[in-house]
Amino acid sequence: MRRIVILGGGTGGTLIANRLRRLLGPRAAEIVVVDADDEHVYQPGLLFVPFGLTDPAGLTRPRHRQLRPGIAFRRAAVDRVDLEQDAVWLADGTSLGYDVLVIATGARLIPEETEGLAGPGWMDKVFTFYSLDGAVALRSALSRFDGGRLVVGVADMPIKCPVAPLEFSFLADWYFRQRKIRDRVELTFVTPLDGAFTKPVASRELSGLLNDKGVDLVTEFNTGEVDGQAGRLISYDGREVGFDLAVMVPLHGGQAYVDRSPGLGDELGFIPTDERTLQSKARPNVFVIGDAAGIPASKAGSVAHFEGEILARNISRYLAGEPLDAAFDGHTNCFIETGFGKALLIDFNYGTEPVTGRFPGRLGLPLLRQSRLNHAGKLAFGWLYWHVLLPGREIPAVRSPMPTAGKHSPASSGQGGSPPQTRKAR
Amino acid sequence: MPTTTYTGTEVTVNDEGFFTDPSQWREDMAPQIAHGEGIELTDRHWQVIKFMRHEYEAKGTGPTVRVLGKTSGVTVKELYQLFPKGPAKTAAKIAGIPKPRGCI
Repeated sequence: MRRIVILGGGTGGTLIANRLRRLLGPRAAEIVVVDADDEHVYQPGLLFVPFGLTDPAGLTRPRHRQLRPGIAFRRAAVDRVDLEQDAVWLADGTSLGYDVLVIATGARLIPEETEGLAGPGWMDKVFTFYSLDGAVALRSALSRFDGGRLVVGVADMPIKCPVAPLEFSFLADWYFRQRKIRDRVELTFVTPLDGAFTKPVASRELSGLLNDKGVDLVTEFNTGEVDGQAGRLISYDGREVGFDLAVMVPLHGGQAYVDRSPGLGDELGFIPTDERTLQSKARPNVFVIGDAAGIPASKAGSVAHFEGEILARNISRYLAGEPLDAAFDGHTNCFIETGFGKALLIDFNYGTEPVTGRFPGRLGLPLLRQSRLNHAGKLAFGWLYWHVLLPGREIPAVRSPMPTAGKHSPASSGQGGSPPQTRKAR
Repeated sequence: MPTTTYTGTEVTVNDEGFFTDPSQWREDMAPQIAHGEGIELTDRHWQVIKFMRHEYEAKGTGPTVRVLGKTSGVTVKELYQLFPKGPAKTAAKIAGIPKPRGCI
């Protein structure tokens, strides 16, 4: 019997394991999921922890319990992948051969790659909410914060859920208003990008929203050093932003085993992958899902979900010796929490930037506009995650190809998403 | 599409001055493009420019500052000394390759 080994039991690994188990007969393939621990964290919930809006204990469930019967769970760290031998070497010295390998080990936070970030002041004045420990520590730091300069900073792209630091800024504004000390808090958002977000239309909307909420925006700031003791971020080009409390999104990379596996990953440890078929460029029998993939799509759970539908089909086709379906369109869908019980929704793919309109059709949720409906959608997503997304089921009316029915299309949106020209220089 | 002239040859560029057709670029254009950015090219600049061309030909897009720092043999700190207004963008412009795709 053939064996499919899936590295990583997070969002992508779990949902592809479950989809494959349903799609392939029990005698068609053995499926093994490998992960170093048995704690599956609901990452979208981390954003709410620092503000006391979510109980951190409720965010974690056992990984193996999210897998269908007939899927083996192997608890072990990965030492390296041997592409020549079609085998994964585990940290306990044993190896696991595969016919098909799926890499779903996501992205890793690397605070130590930024000078000073993990040094003095780390977890004291400098925090991240991108880990469960960090989010919990930040919750108590925020509750003690009575005023001063709060900086939300992104070290460099790519990061998981690129809207999360913006959401954190919006929620911080709400949080300090609730505590009636907003006038004593200076909020600043620091980004290496040239605007609030990567895509032009959404970037304009979100910059406007930061402005409405009194959050200063510092752009094209590549953080070279974090001086936790003096309380300042220093950019590579010598600019400084002072802080009393810094909330940083550290640099991201792939998992360390990727660097120990010759021919598998790129400079940052992500896996070069065909953006349409999700087959790795390293070997035909190696596929990639979720944040581990080096494709021009957001590192977000919705992407892994939309990839799942295509990837399960492609692995099945590969096993049957059929050509792969180049069907993944880069579909991404994100709720952006804006505070005060409201949220925005953005929906985009490789070729179409986020625009206004409604999703998934003309009567759907409003896009790029604050609404209570979207906030309800964001909250409902927690349930959908455990009960629909991870089991690998379809969300009704939301399939892998990006819908266009309810969308307003700006004249110049399209390939590459260059900003619409509002004015020509004379 | 706007055009501009370097060392007597007309080339097509985008609104921000990035080459849209990297095959129109020649090495002898680089000093003039660099001059427009306030940079006088040294051997260290050339190391980065040649690396940018090589990466573009291999991957179809210019590397980010972080990748440059890891792979070009020039640290991020020095990259900023060489190209103070942003190494990835400025070096791409001088190397005659399109503006690096932003990450998403």
